[in-house]
Amino acid sequence: MAALRVEEVLAAAEEQEAEKRRSVTVEKELELEFDLGNLLALDRNPPPAAGLRGAGPRREALLRALARDNVQLLVSRLWELPAERAGGAGGPLVAQLPEPTFRLPREKPPPRPRPPTRWEQFARLKGIRRRKKTSLVWDEQAKEWRRRWGYRRAGGDPARAWLAEVPEGADPEEDQFARLRREKRERVARNELNRLRNLARAHRAGSAVPAAPLHPTGHQSREELGRVARVARVSTASLGRFQPRLPKEPAEPPSRSGGKKRRFEPLLGNLAAERSRQLEMLRDMGSKKPVLDITRAVNKQLRQEEAEAAAAKGKKKQTQRGKRGRRQQRVGRSGKKSGARRQPQQRPPSSSMSGGKRK
Amino acid sequence: MRPLTEAETRSVFEKLGKYIGENIQLLVDRPDGTYCFRLHRDRVYYLSEKLLKVAASVPRENLVSLGTCFGKFTKTQKFRLSVTALDFLAPYAKYKVWVKPGSEQSFLYGNHVLKSGLGRITENTAQYQGVVVYSMADVPLGFGVAAKSTQECRKVDPMAIVVFHQADVGEYVRSEDTLT
Repeated sequence: MAALRVEEVLAAAEEQEAEKRRSVTVEKELELEFDLGNLLALDRNPPPAAGLRGAGPRREALLRALARDNVQLLVSRLWELPAERAGGAGGPLVAQLPEPTFRLPREKPPPRPRPPTRWEQFARLKGIRRRKKTSLVWDEQAKEWRRRWGYRRAGGDPARAWLAEVPEGADPEEDQFARLRREKRERVARNELNRLRNLARAHRAGSAVPAAPLHPTGHQSREELGRVARVARVSTASLGRFQPRLPKEPAEPPSRSGGKKRRFEPLLGNLAAERSRQLEMLRDMGSKKPVLDITRAVNKQLRQEEAEAAAAKGKKKQTQRGKRGRRQQRVGRSGKKSGARRQPQQRPPSSSMSGGKRK
Repeated sequence: MRPLTEAETRSVFEKLGKYIGENIQLLVDRPDGTYCFRLHRDRVYYLSEKLLKVAASVPRENLVSLGTCFGKFTKTQKFRLSVTALDFLAPYAKYKVWVKPGSEQSFLYGNHVLKSGLGRITENTAQYQGVVVYSMADVPLGFGVAAKSTQECRKVDPMAIVVFHQADVGEYVRSEDTLT
C-alpha cells in the first residue's frame, strides 16, 4: 500500500513537471509576428472553428487558453532581449525594447482644414493665381542686384529719403513725411487687423488652430491670455488650489461666470445666520484692538499730575487764607471746569476706541 | 436692494464703532425683533424683518427709502454716516459733548463747535474721537469728531474749534431734498 502511494505521488510530481515544461513551449502552425517596441504579438493562425461559436464557459476556456499561449510566446521573446540591471547591482532587470515598427492608428480625428481668408475667397472667385516673384531685383541706381524688401533693399532706404514730392491736388501745407509715416502705420495696422480677423474666423470655425491654444507670435488678446492662464492654473492634480500667485494677482478664486456677474446673498435669506455672522465679525473686530493705548495712558498720567498740582495749590491757598478763604473758594469755582471733572464716567474708559485720526 | 457684503459690513461697523463702540451688538441683536441692514442704491438702511418682507415686494426703481437710512457708500466705497442715524447713535454714544444754548444755533447751521460754546465733554475723550453733540437739555443735536482731547480742551483759547461738525439735525431742513 505504501509503495503504491509513493508511486502515485512520484507520478503526480512528474506529471506536474512535464506540465510546467509543456506550458513554456507552445506549438503553433504559423509563427507569430512580433513588434516588441509596442509589446505586440500578432497571431495569424486560424482559430479553432468549432469552439468559438456560441457563448458559454467552453468558449471562455478556449479563449483563455489561446491568450495564455500567445502571451507565453511574447514573454519568451521579451526574455531574449538584451537586458541590464537598472540602478546598480540590486536594481530590477530592465529590457531594452527595439523601436516600434507597427503604425498605430490615430487617436483623435485629423484636423479640419482652416477656412479660406477673405482674400483667398476673392482670389478664387476672380481666378487670380499666385505669381512667383524673384527674390532679387535689379537696382538701376546702385547697379546691382538687391533684395525686393528688407535690409539694403532696391529703391533705397525709405528712412533716409530726403525728398517727398507733394502730389497733385494735395494740401501744400501738409507734411509729406508725416503723411508717408502715418500711411505706413495705417497699412501695418490694417494688415495686422485682417490677419487677426482671419485667425479668429478660423478659430471660431473650430479648425486645427485650437490645437495651439495660444498664438505663438505674441499677438495674443488679453482675454485669450487670461483664459489660458486660468486653464493652466487649474490643470494641476489638486485643481489649482495650491498654486502660488503672482504678486498682484487677486487672492479670491475667479468666479465661474468669468467675472461677469457679482453674486450676493439672497435678500430674505437666513436672518438668524446673518445676525450671528455679524456678531462674530464684531467680536473679531473688537478683539484685535490694542489693549494699551499710548495716548490715553499719557493723558491719564497728565490728568493725575494736574489733579495733584491743583490739590497742592488748593491746600497751600487754604492754609494762607484761613476759614473765610476756604468758604470763598468752594463757592467761586467755575462751573465748566467742575462740570467736566464732576462728570461721572458712565462706562469704564475702554481702550477699544482707539484715537484714530481719520473718520 | 441686497444685503451688505462682508467688506461693506465691516466698513459700516467700523464707522459705527467710532461713535458707539461695542454697543453695535445692541443694534444687531435686539430683544424686540430681528433687525438687519440692507443696501439700496448705495445707501445703507436699518430695518426690521417685518418691514423688509413688505419692502421686498416693491420694484427696485420705485423703491425710494426703507426703514432708517444710516448712511451711504461713496463712489470709492467709503461709508459716510448721515444725520438720520442719530436716533440710534444717541442712546448708545460713548463720548458726548454738551453745547451751550448760545452756540446751539451755530452748530445747527453747520458750524463747528468752539471752545466758547462748549458746555460739557465726557472725560477721557481722545483727539479725533467720534462724539455725539447734545444741547444742555440732553437733546441730541448731531454728531462730530472731537478736535481736541478733554485735556487740551481745558487749556485752549476760547475761539479754538473743539468739535468738528459732521452732521446735525438742521440738515433735515437744509438738505430736505437730498435726504432719503
